[in-house]
Amino acid sequence: MTPVTGLPIDRRDGRLKVTGGAKYAAEFDIDNVAHAVLVQSTAASGRIAGFDLAAAEGVPGVLAILTPQNAPRLAVAAAGEHVVAFPLLQDNRVDYNGQHIAVVVADTLERAQYAASLVKATYHEGEPAIRMADALAEAYAPKHFRNGARPPDSRRGDPEAAWDGAAIRLDLTYRTPVEHHNPMEPHATIALWQGNRLTVYSATQGIDASQHTLAALFAIKPDAVRVICPFVGGGFGCKGVTWPHVALTAMAARQVGRPVKLVLSRAQMYTSNGYRPQTIQRIRIAASPDGRLLGLRHDGISEMSLPAIGEFSEPVGLATEMLYACPNVAVTHRLVPLNAPLPTFMRAPGEASGSFALESAIDELAAAAGVDPLGLRLLNYAETDPHERKPFSSKSLRQCYAAGAEAFGWARRTPEPGSMRDGDTLIGWGMATATYPMNRSKASARLIFGPNGDVVVQSATQDLGTGTYTVMAQLAADALRMPIHRVHFELGDSLFPNAPISGGSQSAASVGPAVLATVDAAKQKLFALALASNRSAVAGSTAADLALEDGFVLVRAAPHRRISVAALLAKNGLDRLEAVGSAAPGDEKQHYSMHSFGAQFAEVRIDPALREIRVSRLVGAFAAGRILNAKAARSQAIGGIVFGVGMALLEQTQIDPNVGRVTNPNVAEYLMPVHADIPDIETIFIDERDSLVNPVGVKGLGELPIVGVAAALANAVYHATGVRVRDLPIRIDKILV
Amino acid sequence: MQPFTLAAPGDVAGATAAAASAADAKYIAGGTDLVQLMKDGVERPQHLVDLAGLPFDRIEFGADGARIGALVRMSDAADDAELRRRWPIIAEALLASASPQLRNMATMGGNLLQRTRCGYFRDTGFPCNKRAPGSGCPAIAGDNRGLAIFGGSAHCVATHPSDLAVALAALDAVVELSGPAPQGGAATRRVALGEFHLLPGDTPERETVLRPGEIITAILVPAETAGLHSHYLKVRDRASFEFALVSAAVVVGMTGGRIDRARVAMGGVGAKPWRLPAVEAALAGAPATPSAFAAAAAHAAEGAQPLSQNRFKIALMQRALMRALTIATA
Repeated sequence: MTPVTGLPIDRRDGRLKVTGGAKYAAEFDIDNVAHAVLVQSTAASGRIAGFDLAAAEGVPGVLAILTPQNAPRLAVAAAGEHVVAFPLLQDNRVDYNGQHIAVVVADTLERAQYAASLVKATYHEGEPAIRMADALAEAYAPKHFRNGARPPDSRRGDPEAAWDGAAIRLDLTYRTPVEHHNPMEPHATIALWQGNRLTVYSATQGIDASQHTLAALFAIKPDAVRVICPFVGGGFGCKGVTWPHVALTAMAARQVGRPVKLVLSRAQMYTSNGYRPQTIQRIRIAASPDGRLLGLRHDGISEMSLPAIGEFSEPVGLATEMLYACPNVAVTHRLVPLNAPLPTFMRAPGEASGSFALESAIDELAAAAGVDPLGLRLLNYAETDPHERKPFSSKSLRQCYAAGAEAFGWARRTPEPGSMRDGDTLIGWGMATATYPMNRSKASARLIFGPNGDVVVQSATQDLGTGTYTVMAQLAADALRMPIHRVHFELGDSLFPNAPISGGSQSAASVGPAVLATVDAAKQKLFALALASNRSAVAGSTAADLALEDGFVLVRAAPHRRISVAALLAKNGLDRLEAVGSAAPGDEKQHYSMHSFGAQFAEVRIDPALREIRVSRLVGAFAAGRILNAKAARSQAIGGIVFGVGMALLEQTQIDPNVGRVTNPNVAEYLMPVHADIPDIETIFIDERDSLVNPVGVKGLGELPIVGVAAALANAVYHATGVRVRDLPIRIDKILV
Repeated sequence: MQPFTLAAPGDVAGATAAAASAADAKYIAGGTDLVQLMKDGVERPQHLVDLAGLPFDRIEFGADGARIGALVRMSDAADDAELRRRWPIIAEALLASASPQLRNMATMGGNLLQRTRCGYFRDTGFPCNKRAPGSGCPAIAGDNRGLAIFGGSAHCVATHPSDLAVALAALDAVVELSGPAPQGGAATRRVALGEFHLLPGDTPERETVLRPGEIITAILVPAETAGLHSHYLKVRDRASFEFALVSAAVVVGMTGGRIDRARVAMGGVGAKPWRLPAVEAALAGAPATPSAFAAAAAHAAEGAQPLSQNRFKIALMQRALMRALTIATA
């Protein structure tokens, strides 16, 4: 069998997706389903004074209108801190504009939407805190930073003394705006009760978390809740948390005694499922005249909702701790409470936003020191993790720099801003470093040999469009030494063995080892069965002598002595053979620092008068351990880089500064790149073998490719124009000089 | 959305009668804007009158110019060879608008009637004097980067979003309207495009001179502006599918290297397509040189009333104007 892992094979769900055959949560046909539509607040703070429901209740087909006055009470207090339990219509509190305040259920979607538009609420309005700049005095330290795994601040050496004595000192403040994930598939849930058992079809990055959140809120056992999600039309972090609308759908279904479907509108996606919070990041760099880092401070402040709703901290300073060799480093993280929804993870939370600040600042240092930006990074290259004081399990950043620079032609860059032109057009070249941690959690899988010997592997993981279906089948096929067309991977059902949330780029690193462990377990079961079978072709051997090859159990030393799996099952009167397995990280992270790395290179072309910024070239070179599928990996990298272009130049959720309501909650006015904005993107993967990270050797690719793109483009804009923009997005008005 | 009934008349009389039959009637043509506004609850008509059956879907040429039927699709107008030959600025403006999918549905008449992109207007969760007269305008002290620097009032600072209308304003186009006459019966009348849209003043809910029940039947493009030097330039952050931050439409008659007459309109800056008579006066008789363009563009800022986030539009429109003049006269 020629191994298929790593090959650029087509994604297995590709045909289903382009033919409309892939069923997303909202597309399941459920008998007698009713439709729920959310009503959201138009005030940002205070309490609901009352509702006028007369007009809405008069709409034909309306089955129920749930408000805080009549909504069933959920087990919020017992649900635990990890559950986002607001707003669930449990009280009259209004904490932000666009908060759920009612759910209208009707027999058709059109009637529910119309009735929802007629619900009138009145408020006792409070004085909302909207502008982050006005609320900085309220900043507080996160209470559960990284789920309590570490404190929000860190320091090593003496950054203040380094600052005092340094020849080059830069004190720079960067800002990033509120950004929204905007996956193509909106959030959607169908909830169906059978007695006290709940089934939900729900767009989620975390089947297991959805199951446990719903069980907790409805005070039923987790195994009374089944969550089904075979396809996710993009998540980028906004489908990680089980947001309140999921429980509200189940609440509505129970209330009307029918299955209920609820799909968020695009506008509701701006206040219902988190966002990347705005940040203010102050960076202080102390360096020697030649650009060697002596001291580094990164003080990050990120926007929060009111603390009663939960806590999310954008961890902007984590990469600053470990990316460069610098003896004196201090990092802080603070939160500023506003009347805003709860922020959440958005593609490379912390790294994407933090690297804009850090990698812009490094570029500013290069300019101050008169050193090439790539040379400056090499000068400060960290051979070992300077924060954790551990060796890296692997680090191929040098190779990323070299390969990226070579492909881009970086050596031809002339340093002076405005010095590179094509006719009148200003050309700018910028680069930045990318890094992202290797994350891994415990995962499990089940393997089933069917009567013809074909294999099904199941795990309650998710495929966000990233290729989980495909790469897990590749891994399983190679471990089974079977052709991949005989191996099927199933996911997206909480009845399957448990797997973690698809977040932190951890799915391949978590589920992959579980698949390998399950294949091992299945082989041992097969071998035992073969050895125990009467007059078997392999009789007289031991399990250690046997191998599985192309659907046959055979004696390794005498391959003609073999029996097919199908024959083995038939011989034993079995129609299937099942095995389960699981894998979890050990203590390897106590000994090694585990990160992926990359280098981003960008070219912009800017009209000297009109200042329109157009990206003309992008090169990303990445080292992320083993690449499981060259095509899927390239797609991931392209997607991440495009995401970064949006972050750099276009994306910003605009919020009214007085009433805290989003003014561009749609994909016409929330600008994301269109095809015309994106040039050919060259992606390079450095071959990296790392047996220390996990049994598969994979580090994860979901987030790394966005990291550094915003800084590379900001640095390119500076190189083209001499204008340093320190607040994203970099739009025409910020460089109109 | 609000439930509605639908009528499908075959002529103007049928359409106006259908519209008069219900208090909350609206005409619909391509529907690319109206349907979105209905979904968002901004428009809540109870009766829709579909104009698709009316005979206004042709482009005709005569001695006095072009007559573009109001129901001609944007994409068809952009592809019309004769229109492109004589007034290429129309196709330039159309192809800078929206997306191919939208242009395949949207009509020329409907394009002139599209509503502002102001986020406060398009969200019923905000007050808006244009949508709910007297409720207030939070945009003026709010998120106003995209809003007008010309022609606004204390009640509304919305911009008109059309690219096409800016080009037509610079071509001295005329809009032909048909509908019930004030004294009874039917009447057809013509209104200069520059007079068709109203400034917000105290009544931002009134956006055009259209009378109740009246329909745009055609856009008339005069022969005098055919074959002149022209250019439509649209400046935006995103390379495609974005409304203009600013846009410039210039139509220039030249003799030798000298400008006889220039017609200049700008988009993205005004409550309606914004003609710049002072700039036109400065260009009349001027040489087609960068310094003359700069001198003329200096007049473009006259009367501008920028808000907290859109002062940049003054410089940007001047640069866009100079660039458009340079390209048009090259």
